[in-house]
Amino acid sequence: KMLCSRRCLVTSRQLYSVVHDPNEKTFEKLLVANRGEIACRVIKTCKKMGIKTVAIHSDVDANAVHVQMADEAACVGPAPSGQSYLNMDAIMGAIRRTGAQAVHPGYGFLSENREFAKRLASEGVTFVGPDTHAIQAMGDKIESKLLAKNAKVNTIPGFDGVVKDADEAVRIAREIGYPVMIKASAGGGGKGMRIAWDDEETREGFRFSSQEAASSFGDDRLLIEKFIDNPRHIEIQVLADKHGNALWLNERECSIQRRNQKVVEEAPSTFLDPETRRAMGEQAVALAKAVKYSSAGTVEFLVDSSKNFYFLEMNTRLQVEHPVTECITGLDLVQEMIRVAKGYPLRHRQTDIPINGWAVECRVYAEDPYKSFGLPSIGKLTQYQEPLHLPSVRVDSGIQQGSDISIYYDPMISKLITYGSNRAEALKRMEEALDNYVIRGVTHNISLLREVIIHPRFVQGDISTKFLPEVYPDGFKGHKLTDPERRELLATAASLYVAEQLRSQRFLGTQRIPLAKSQRSSWELSVNLEDGVYPVTVSKSDSTFSVEVDGMKLNVTGEWNLASPLLSVTVDGTQRTIQRLSRDASGNLSIQFLGTVYKLQILSQAAAELSKYMPEKAAEDTSSILRSPMPGTVVAVSVKPGDTVSEGQEICVIEAMKMQNSLAAAKTGKVKAVHCRAGDTVGEGDLLVELE
Amino acid sequence: PARDMAAAAAGLRALRRAAGPWAALGRRASSVPARIEEKRRAALLGGGPRRIEAQHRRGKLTARERILLLLDPDSFDEYDMFVEHRCSDFGMDADENKYFGDSVVTGRGRINGRLAYVFSQVCFSLMSPEILDFTVFGGSLSGAHAQKICKIMDQAALVGAPVIGLNDSGGARIQEGVESLAGYADIFLRNVLCSGVVPQISLIMGPCAGGAVYSPALTDFTFMVKDTSYLFITGPDVVKSVTNEDVTQEQLGGAKTHTAISGVAHRAFENDIDALLNLREFFNYLPLSNRDPAPVCECHDSSDRLVPELETVVPMESTKAYDMLDIIHAIVDEREFFEIMPFYARNIVVGFARMNGRTVGIVGNQPKVASGCLDINSSVKGARFVRFCDAFNIPLITFVDVPGFLPGTSQEYGGIIRHGAKLLFAFAEATVPKITIITRKAYGGAYDVMSSKHLRGDANYAWPTAEVAVMGAKGAVQIIFRGKQTDAEAEYVNKFANPFPAAMRGFVDDIIQPSTTRKRICHDLDVLASKAQSTPWKKHANIPL
Repeated sequence: KMLCSRRCLVTSRQLYSVVHDPNEKTFEKLLVANRGEIACRVIKTCKKMGIKTVAIHSDVDANAVHVQMADEAACVGPAPSGQSYLNMDAIMGAIRRTGAQAVHPGYGFLSENREFAKRLASEGVTFVGPDTHAIQAMGDKIESKLLAKNAKVNTIPGFDGVVKDADEAVRIAREIGYPVMIKASAGGGGKGMRIAWDDEETREGFRFSSQEAASSFGDDRLLIEKFIDNPRHIEIQVLADKHGNALWLNERECSIQRRNQKVVEEAPSTFLDPETRRAMGEQAVALAKAVKYSSAGTVEFLVDSSKNFYFLEMNTRLQVEHPVTECITGLDLVQEMIRVAKGYPLRHRQTDIPINGWAVECRVYAEDPYKSFGLPSIGKLTQYQEPLHLPSVRVDSGIQQGSDISIYYDPMISKLITYGSNRAEALKRMEEALDNYVIRGVTHNISLLREVIIHPRFVQGDISTKFLPEVYPDGFKGHKLTDPERRELLATAASLYVAEQLRSQRFLGTQRIPLAKSQRSSWELSVNLEDGVYPVTVSKSDSTFSVEVDGMKLNVTGEWNLASPLLSVTVDGTQRTIQRLSRDASGNLSIQFLGTVYKLQILSQAAAELSKYMPEKAAEDTSSILRSPMPGTVVAVSVKPGDTVSEGQEICVIEAMKMQNSLAAAKTGKVKAVHCRAGDTVGEGDLLVELE
Repeated sequence: PARDMAAAAAGLRALRRAAGPWAALGRRASSVPARIEEKRRAALLGGGPRRIEAQHRRGKLTARERILLLLDPDSFDEYDMFVEHRCSDFGMDADENKYFGDSVVTGRGRINGRLAYVFSQVCFSLMSPEILDFTVFGGSLSGAHAQKICKIMDQAALVGAPVIGLNDSGGARIQEGVESLAGYADIFLRNVLCSGVVPQISLIMGPCAGGAVYSPALTDFTFMVKDTSYLFITGPDVVKSVTNEDVTQEQLGGAKTHTAISGVAHRAFENDIDALLNLREFFNYLPLSNRDPAPVCECHDSSDRLVPELETVVPMESTKAYDMLDIIHAIVDEREFFEIMPFYARNIVVGFARMNGRTVGIVGNQPKVASGCLDINSSVKGARFVRFCDAFNIPLITFVDVPGFLPGTSQEYGGIIRHGAKLLFAFAEATVPKITIITRKAYGGAYDVMSSKHLRGDANYAWPTAEVAVMGAKGAVQIIFRGKQTDAEAEYVNKFANPFPAAMRGFVDDIIQPSTTRKRICHDLDVLASKAQSTPWKKHANIPL
C-alpha cells in the first residue's frame, strides 16, 4: 500500500483526455521552467504527446518528483528561488545544453516575465504562452485596464500610476471613495494586495505595497481602485491561437479565499446564468483578441450580488485551478497550449465547448488553518497517500512520501480535484477524498477544506470572497462536534483503544511461562475530549464493540488493522474513514475525524480516578514572549532591548513562503531581550522577543 | 471508599490501643480468622488515610495504587503482607511506627498476561505525615524491608521472570543501623546475581538517596518521574556542608539531570500514571529471562512493506545532516520506537522496536548531533544497550553513519580509548543476530566498531550512498599527498566514497536499495532466529570498565 504513493502519482487519473494526433508534428524536447505539481502536470501531457522533457531544479530539489519524472534534469542553482527558478542565465544555459526547443513556464516564477519570453525568442526557443506584447500589456495593471476599457470590457473605477507618497495615496483613495484596494501594479495574483477602509490603512497599505513593488518587481507603480465589497471572484478561461481565433472555456468560481489566495475553486459557478456567462465569456474573448492573445489565459472578474461584473486582471499563464475547467470541458489545456505554441490553429469552436458535470478543487496546503486560516508549516512528509482509490478523484501533486516541505517554496502539497455529474456528487466525493487523504509529518489544511465544502452556505452556493472571515469571525477552530458526532468519536476512540489493548496481550509462539489469559470482556474507560471527561464502557463480542456512552449504546465495527493509516469504522450503521495519527502509552490518542484532528486521552477508570492527584504542570506565560508562529526568515526587527512597546505594535516581520507577516506585541511593556536579527532563519515556536 | 478507609483506620487505632498487634495474639486466639482479616485490611490501608492523603498532596500515588496501575487487573499476588520491622530502639516499637508490611509492598503479577515480580516502596514519614522529611524516615529501608525485596528477587531468578522496582525510599533506616546496611547489601548482591538472568527495571517515583540509589544503578533500566523523583548519594544539605555548593534537589538529582547530564536514568515521564503506563508498554519489549527468546507480538505491519521515502532520506552532500530517527521510524513496525536515553549522548540513538512483531534493539549513529561521531558518552550509552540486548536474546540492528571518534584533549583525557573500547567490546562479544546497515559514512576505527562484518555481523548491508573508508577524502588526500596533488581528492572519492571497496571484499554482504531495507531485515531475522553461536569458556569477560 505504501508503495503506491509514488506510482499513483504517475498513473493518477486525469479526468481530461489528451487527444493526440501522432501525425501532428510537435516539439521534440520541452523544458519545464518550474517545480512541484505544475512541473509534473506539464510533464504528464508531454509524455502523452511524445515530447521529451527537461526538468530544472534547485540543489535541494535534486530528488524531487518532477526531476524523477522528466527525461533529463538540470540544476539551476541553490535553494532560494531568486537564485534558481528565477535565474534566467542558468535556465538559458540549461536550454542550450539540453537542446530544448520549447519552454513551458507553468505558473508563478517566470511564467509572466516578459524579459524571459524575450530572451527565449532571441535564441529561437518557443515560449509556451502568449507573446511578449500580451504579457507586458496584461502584466501591467494600468495598461491592462486601459486595454480592457478600450475593448469594452467592464472595469472598476480607480487610479493607476506612480503614487508619490502616502498623502497622495490618501487623496486618491478619498477621490475613489472607501474602501479601496492597493497593490503593486506589476504584481500578479492576490499576493501583496491590501484593502484600506480609512486614511490610516491607506498609508499603511501604501508603505507595504510600495516597498513590495520596489523590492519584488523593481517597478514603483501602484494600483489604487474601488474595492467591491462582498464580491465573488469568478474567472473565465480563454484559449486563443496565433491565427486570431479565441474561445472561452466557461468560468471558474474562486471566491473561497484567504488573504486573497484561493483555497477552494469550482467549475461551473452556481451563481452565473447562461446570459451572464456568455456576456463574461464574450468580453473575455474580446480582450484576448484586443491584445492578440495566444495560448491559455484567464480573465478574472469581480461579480457583485446583482451579477454586475468588473474586469480585475488577466493572467497570461496556466492557472493553478485549471483542472476544474479540464474536468468539465474534457480539454487538456497544457496540450492545447503546446499546440498553439507550435503554431496550430484551435481544434474547437465555441459551440464545441461543453459544461459536463461539476468539478471542485481544494488546494491542500502544508499550513496550520487554525492560525489566520493558514500559516505555513514545514517538515518531512513521513507518510503520504493520495485518495486515488476513490472514483472521479484527480490529484495534481509534485511530492511523495519522504519529500520535504521547505521554507523556500510555496507550501502547497497538492490540488485535490473531484468530479461528479452534479455539484452534490462532486462535493460528496470531495468529502470522502479528504477523509481518505493521508498526510503525515506536516500540519495541513484538510480540516478547513472539509469544513468549507460541507458548510450550509457553501453547499447552497452562497459565497463571496469574504466567506472565511464571515463564517469564522474568530478564526477557524476546526469542526464543531454535534452530540451524536461526539458520541461516535468517543465510541470509535474507545474501541480503538481496546483493540490496541487486546493486541498488546497477544504474543506469538509458545511461552515458557504460560500467558495468563484475560477473561475480560468489558472495559470501564474514561475519555478526555475537548475539556470534557466522558465515562465510556466498552464490551466486546466477536468483532463488534458495544460501547456505552452518555447513556446510549453504540455498535462499532471495523477491521482494526492498527498499522493502516486509514481505518474504516462503522458506528451504528454509519461508515466513516478515520485516521489515527498518533498514540502513546499514556493513553493519548489523536484521531482525524470528519477532517479535524481531535486529541483524546483514554485511561482506565482506575487510572482516571487517580489522575486527579497528579501535579499540574505550570504553563508558560505567553503574553510577555513573542514566538515565531511559523518557520521563516526574519525580515526586520523594529525594537531593541529597553524600548517600550504598546500592545499591538509591530515588533518584527517574518517572511515565509513569499509572505510577510507582521508580529505584534501582545501587551504593553518594556522589551527585555531580542533573540533574533534581520536575516535569521527561525523555526516555528522559536523565541524572538521577550517583554518584561 | 473514603468512608471505608476512615472506618478501617479507626478500627486499627482501637486495636493498637488495646495491646499492640502481637500482644493480642494470646488473648484472642479464638478469633484468628477475624484477626487475619483485620490485619489484612490494615495492611491494605498502608500508613492510613492521613499518610495516603499526604502522599497524594505531593502529586504521588501510594505504593498499592502504583501496583494497581502497573499490573493487569486482579493479577497481583502479594507476599509478606504480615511482615513488620523488628527494631525496638528509639521508640521504633511504638504502635504508630509499626504497620503491617513495613514500608514495602512485594509480590508478583501480570503485565499483559506476562509474569513480573514487583516491589513498591512506601515513602512517607513514619513520625509525621505532614512533613516531607524523607531523609529521616520516609520509606527507609529496614532489615525486614530488604528481606521482602530479596525474597521476590530470589523467586524471580528461580522462575525466570523480570523484577520491577518502584523505588521511593529515603535510604537506610538510621534507627536500625547496620541491620539496614546489611539489607542493602543483600539486595545489591541479588541485583548482581540476577543481572543478565532476568531483566531488572527500576522506576524512581520519589526521593531516593544514599544506599537507595545503588540498587537502581545495578539494574538494567532506570526510569524517573519528572518533578517528584530524585536520585543522589547525598542531598543538597550535605552537599552544602561539604562542598559549599548551593544546589536544589532538582538540579542535583532530578529527572532532567539524570536523563540529560549524568546518564544515570534512561527515560523520564511526566507523572506517576504516565510512568506506570509507559512501563507496561516497555515491558512488552522484553523477554522474561535469558532463557526466553525476544518476544513476538501480533503485527499488522507487513514485513514486505517497501519504504520508498528511504531512497531520498540521505542528502546528496555528504556534509549535510539528516535525522537517523526518520530512517528508524520508517523501517520499524508501525513507526513505534521506544528510545532509551533520548536526551543523553544524542549522537547515538538506541532503543527498542519491533520488526514483524519481534523485539529488536536498534543502535544508530545520529548525524544530526555532532555529525554522529562516537565520543565517550555515546560509546558507553551504546555499549550498555548492546550488552543488554545480547544478554536477553534481542537481535541487534545497527544503522551506521559515523565519521569517526571525536578527537581532542577533553576526549583523550577523559579516556575515549578505554570508553570507546567498551562499544567495540560489546558488539564483538554479542552473539545475538546482528544486522548492520551502512547508510552513509563508515570511517576509520568507528567503522570497525559499529557492528562490522569483522565483529561477526550476520548481515551487513550498504546503501548506495555508503562510503566505507579510513577517513573522508579531504583528510586522506592531505595525508597521502601532503596537499601536493589537487586532483587526488576526486580520485580518492571515486575509489572509496562508495560501497564498492567494501562489497568487493565481502565486508558488506550486499548493496541494497534503501526502500527494501525493512523487507531484508525482516527476512534475515526469520532466518537468524535459529542462530546459535558460542564463545570460548570463561568465567566472565573483562570489558574495559
